[in-house]
Formats: sequence, structure tokens, C-alpha cells
Amino acid sequence: MATIKEINMKKYTDSGKKDTRSGFGAGLDVLGEKNPKVVALCADLIGSLKMDNFVKNHPERFFQIGIAEANMIGIAAGLTIGGKIPFTGTFANFSTGRVYDQIRQSVAYSGKNVKICASHAGLTLGEDGATHQILEDIGLMKMLPGMVVINPCDYNQTKAATIAIADYEGPVYLRFGRPAVANFTPEDQVFEIGKALHLQEGSDVTILATGHLVWESLLAAEQLHEKGISAEVINLHTIKPLDDEAIIASVKKTGCVVTAEEHNIIGGLGESVARVLALNHPAPQEFIGTNDTFGESGTPAQLMEKYGLNAAAIVKAVGKVMKRK
Amino acid sequence: MEMNSVKELENKVSQVRRDIVRMVHKVNSGHPGGSLGCAEFFVALYQNILHRKPGFDMDGIGEDIFFLSNGHISPVFYSVLARSGYFPIEELNTFRLLDSRLQGHPTTHEGLPGVRIASGSLGQGMSVAIGAAQAKKLNKDKHLIYSLHGDGELQEGQNWEAILYAAAKKVDNLIATVDYNGQQIDGATNDVLPMGNLRAKFEAFGWEVIDIDKGNDVASILEGLAQAKSKTGKGKPVCVLLHTVMGNGVDFMMHTHAWHGKAPNDAQLAIALAQNEETLGDY
Repeated sequence: MATIKEINMKKYTDSGKKDTRSGFGAGLDVLGEKNPKVVALCADLIGSLKMDNFVKNHPERFFQIGIAEANMIGIAAGLTIGGKIPFTGTFANFSTGRVYDQIRQSVAYSGKNVKICASHAGLTLGEDGATHQILEDIGLMKMLPGMVVINPCDYNQTKAATIAIADYEGPVYLRFGRPAVANFTPEDQVFEIGKALHLQEGSDVTILATGHLVWESLLAAEQLHEKGISAEVINLHTIKPLDDEAIIASVKKTGCVVTAEEHNIIGGLGESVARVLALNHPAPQEFIGTNDTFGESGTPAQLMEKYGLNAAAIVKAVGKVMKRK
Repeated sequence: MEMNSVKELENKVSQVRRDIVRMVHKVNSGHPGGSLGCAEFFVALYQNILHRKPGFDMDGIGEDIFFLSNGHISPVFYSVLARSGYFPIEELNTFRLLDSRLQGHPTTHEGLPGVRIASGSLGQGMSVAIGAAQAKKLNKDKHLIYSLHGDGELQEGQNWEAILYAAAKKVDNLIATVDYNGQQIDGATNDVLPMGNLRAKFEAFGWEVIDIDKGNDVASILEGLAQAKSKTGKGKPVCVLLHTVMGNGVDFMMHTHAWHGKAPNDAQLAIALAQNEETLGDY
């Protein structure tokens, strides 16, 4: 049970570490009960995607595709023709890079209501190594016209996001991960696509984070607070459409920004933020993310340390960006 | 459903051929060869085979649905859709022009009635057709899914994922037709990448296979598709191998890949039109 000290700061409590993929599985199970249009497809990774309950409770609405992701995306597009809301499940690498043209033509360009749900994103997939650790998926997906891109931060938020995207008409990329991480989003918090969440109010620096880096940003803000630096922390769970107004308003107040994501800094959240700021309110920015590199085998914690994706790295980046103000 | 006689269908085919060559001539681009080769199939399908509701909605519940996977033969698709009442025939004038709903390859993006999926990047249509067929089963809708694929298109690996899946999952409300003209952009399929015995391949994957040997003969197509329909609902997907001649109906375009993606010039257009009577009025 980790707790961020409350010294004029909001307090966030980890209710117990859980994996975000289990949040997806739980959300899908809820949808199975409440929305008969929801169907699920999986490419031989039911257990990894935590889709077991949906498979068990709604076998007639579940499609085991086998190891054939291109076919899965096409079948999902076809299922929308007839009013179904398909949720596809496989690893992030096989959900995006492997099937990019299928998503581009049969889903995005065709405007199909497919929810591409991707687990094991980023370095924290761990020991399987770089073949499976996609760090380019946010970039690939955000470039597709009309595609919504969501990277929730914890179990509760992933569950809420899974439920929310069923009510949105159009293609969505939902990205989550494998490791157990702090679960601090209130269980009853409704997920609003595209609406940034202010987690800490601050005046010296804005930290914009997505996915697993949100908790690390809260830890960083605590350390910064002890050094007398007031950091504003915003959870940008939706990378597209981006909450431009929230970003601009915060950076106008603080004058500088650090972005943090488990993704290549080329093509990720940070570049989207940089575009918004360049157009509206240019400000010094530092980027936390991998830098034009593949990952490697290791434990999630070792990898996040080695590639500079943790609270310590964020604190360091804040020091750097504040000097550039 | 009102059935057209073979003679009436052949009259429509003649007009559709005129539409095809005029469309590609006007913009000096597009794919006449494969379009002409499938003119009889499209006319027979839309006039006498498909159970269609009036109007158009995306979900197609309560009617048969057709998907074109080899989207480059859009001229024949557009002509037959227009002449089947999906949109005004005059709109064929806008083929491949800026701001047109008749894009180079078919798309849902511009809201053209009759089109339910974008196609053009090859090999994706069979998966989509399977998904729509499975949606029909979930909806307890007894209508069928029809799809068309190029033979060269079967070189795309996604097809074989789909062919394996459709048989394994008993998608028996699907009739997938292969335009078996033996030609692709770079030459004969047997020279570019021979595909061996397609019938044996589909059968080995667990499909019912029907050959239509005279794929440019309206009566043969009607008979073959009726036979294909009689094979649905029996636990197997159905494949129709439609033996066609690329460029059929315009003598200098026939039996060659040369007109796969090339438009006729003014003189060539005049020859092509002289060979095909204006039966229903040019657009």
C-alpha cells in the first residue's frame, strides 16, 4: 500500500497492484451483460487478454480466430455490418504493426465501429523482449484519420474505458499492459474520452503523462514537492483526440512541460503535445519515453529503470526543463 | 423478386460495357479489363440473384449483401449499382474526379449507396465477408453474403487465413466468387506466381467448389449461382470459380493483361462502343 504524502497535495492511494489487462477483461465482462451488440474476437490469447469470463458467459458472441490477426481485423470490420460492436484482443504489436493496412482500409477508412484492444504494450511486457515490446503503436494509430487512441493508467481506469468505448460510435485503439501496477483511479470514476484528468494542481511545471507513467508522475510530484517544486500532474489517458485546452491552460500557468509515456518519443504523446504548444503557446518541453530504440529482455522494473521511464527520470527532466524557462 | 430474361440481362451487359469504357476513357485512368470480364456476373447478380431491399442501409439486415474485394474493378461495380437504382446514373460522369463519391477504388467514406467496405488494397474482402456472414447468423438473418475476388488477389496471404477460418467455423452462408481470368498486372498468373489447382486448394481447406466454365455467359452464370445457393446452409462455405475472359466484349482488350489498368484513347473508345449497342441509354 503506497501512499503519496499529503502536503497541500491531493492524496492518491494504491488500492493494491493490478494489471490493466485485467481491467479490460472485467470491463468486457460487464459489457457482455449489459450490451447484447458487443462481440469479442481473439487471436489465440484469451488468457493473456483476460477474456476468459466473456468467453465463458457469452460463447455465442465470442470468436476464436486463431493466430491470424489480419483475418481478425477484417472479420471485426464485417461484424459491424449487421450492427455488432466488435472488440478485438491480442498483444499491442499484433494489434497494430502487423495489421496496419487491414486497420487502415477495412476499419479506419471504412469508418467501422471496431474496438482494437491491445495488451502487453511497451517495455513492461518484460522478458519476451523486443519482438513483442511495441513502442511505436501510439504513433501508428494516432496517424490514422478518425482513430481514437486511449492509454489508461491503471486497472480501474482501463475497466471504465473499456465500458465507455462501447458507447462511442467509431474506431478506437485501446492500449494497456501486462504488469501489476498501482491502482488508484476511483472505482466509480466514469471515463470520458478526450477529457484530461487533473491529478495535482501545481504552478512550476506541468507533467503530462499517459498509461503506466501516470503513477510514476504522481510519485515524481511528491519528490518534487519535498524539494519545493510545485508540479501539476495531468493524466492524458486519451492521446487522440487530445485535450488541447487543458494542455494550453496548464502550460500557460506553469511555463514548461514534461511529457511521459511508455513509447518512442518519436510519434508518441509528447510530439502531439509539442504540436499543440507550438501552435498555441510555445514552451520548453522535455520528453520521457524511449528514444528511437527497440527494447530488450528484462523485468519490467529493470527495463523502466534502464530506459529512463520512472519517477526518478521525471524528476530529473523537470529540473532540466525548469532551467529552460 | 422480378426476374429478368437472359435477353434483358444481355442488353444490360452491353450498356454496362459502354459505361465502363466511357468512364475510364474520360479520366484516362482506371481498370477496364477486369471490369469487362465481370460485367455479366455483376448484372446477373444484381438483377436476378441478390435479394435486395429498396433503398440502402449499412447493416443490410433482411437482405443479401455483396462485397467487392478486388476494388480496382470499380467501373463495373459503379455502373451496375447505378443501373440497379442505388444512385443516379448521371453520377457515373464523376468517376475518379475531385469531390466525387465514385473514388478510384470503392469506399464508404463518401457515403456512396451500395458500398459497405472500402477495397483496393487487395486480400481483405473475404475476411470482411466472413464477419458480415457471422453477424447474419447472430441476427438470425437467413440472407446470404456474396463476395468477389480476383484470382491474382489470392496471392495475398490474408485470403488463406480467411479460407481456413470460414471452413473451420462452418460459415455456410457465404458464396465467395473468384474471377478466374488467369491475368494480373505483370502478366499471366501462371507466369507471375502460378497458383496451381484452385479447386483442389479450396476443397482441401473444406469448401464446396462450383466451376462456372462459361463465366461470360449470362445463362451459365445464373445456373451456376443457383447451384451455389443450393449448397449454402450445409455446413460449408461455397466457392465459385468463375472462368472469365479479361476485357470480354471489346475484342482488342480480350485475352490479355494489357488492359488491366489502361484506358482507351479516342479511336479505341469508338471501336469499343461500336462493338456494344447502346441498349439503355448512355449516362
